[in-house]
Amino acid sequence: MANIIETLNAEEVARVSGGKTIPSFSPGDTLRVNVKIKEGERERVQAYEGVCIARDGGGLQESFTVRKISFGEGVERVFPLYSPNLDSIEVVRKGKVRRAKLYYLRERRGKSARIAERTTGRD
Amino acid sequence: MRTGVIAKKMGMTRVFAADGAHVPVTVLSLEGCQVVAQRTSDRDGYVALQLGAGKRKAKNVSQPVRGHFAKAQVEPKAKVKEFRVSEANLVEVGMEITADHFVAGQKVDVAGTSIGKGFAGAMKRWNFGGLRATHGVSVSHRSHGSTGQRQDPGKVFKGKKMAGHLGVERVTVQNLEVVRTDAERGLILIRGALPGPEGSWVEVTDAVKKALPEGVPVPAAFRKPSDLSVVDADTAPVIAPPAPEAPTTEEGAGQ
Repeated sequence: MANIIETLNAEEVARVSGGKTIPSFSPGDTLRVNVKIKEGERERVQAYEGVCIARDGGGLQESFTVRKISFGEGVERVFPLYSPNLDSIEVVRKGKVRRAKLYYLRERRGKSARIAERTTGRD
Repeated sequence: MRTGVIAKKMGMTRVFAADGAHVPVTVLSLEGCQVVAQRTSDRDGYVALQLGAGKRKAKNVSQPVRGHFAKAQVEPKAKVKEFRVSEANLVEVGMEITADHFVAGQKVDVAGTSIGKGFAGAMKRWNFGGLRATHGVSVSHRSHGSTGQRQDPGKVFKGKKMAGHLGVERVTVQNLEVVRTDAERGLILIRGALPGPEGSWVEVTDAVKKALPEGVPVPAAFRKPSDLSVVDADTAPVIAPPAPEAPTTEEGAGQ
């Protein structure tokens, strides 16, 4: 029993993600996040698609931020990576960026907010 | 009234609820929480269980105390504490209380010694507002204000809230929820923060202000320490009068 907290975190990750596989993605990638939404008794899945601009924390506590432009207004959502509310995450497009946090995208619109596609390097 | 337990604070983490909500939990570990003695109304005038937890090197225990543990045939304990119980809920000496003594969803009270803050000012200690940032205030932005009236009464009343020592006192937090228990490893997960630093001992008892839920083990959930089937190497107690300690992998155990 090296470290109880770490062991518990690892177990919780296994319990929560049980069966689900989380694809490897990094900031700059365009993601489609399928979010479970509960409406009364019914549960449905809604897709939220945008650019991952940051990943925060590690292990069980990890979260990522997805930014998109919705009806001309910038929208950012932060998802816990291991949230049971996430149905699945799909990587739509890999982006070529040189920073870990793409907060500079907040000041940019249109052409200057584009991210070049990455075709080489890690998956 | 059931007995409480002595547990060690391991740290905090989170678990996810079924609806995706984060539940912040404090992890408590039962480290050989055994009954050391019984207090009975015939002999002592009150009914209680004396529990001990943790490990202490036999060489660091004084002869009389060692004798007390030897009588109960338990290893010397780092922390000893009495819990008042009703007569029906007495547990045999030597039995080890297990984590399933509490059930998930149950409310408990937790008492511990808060983290020491040293000599703290009135703002930190009593949530005073301090003085203004500007308008002629110099140097004394974090001071308390007036401490009394004029020539009459001509003194500062006793109990006036002022700067002074903060922390290192017994703090009880009531009505905390038990999120999960793990009898095999002796873990109790309690929602929210608990008083004291990590590695300190806390007392967990049934909440005094909430009714006991159904399915709670009465008089207590315990096992014979010799029943090693569910005991892991760290907490395995040895049934013998104080013997030299087996080396433990747990760091900081048995100070």
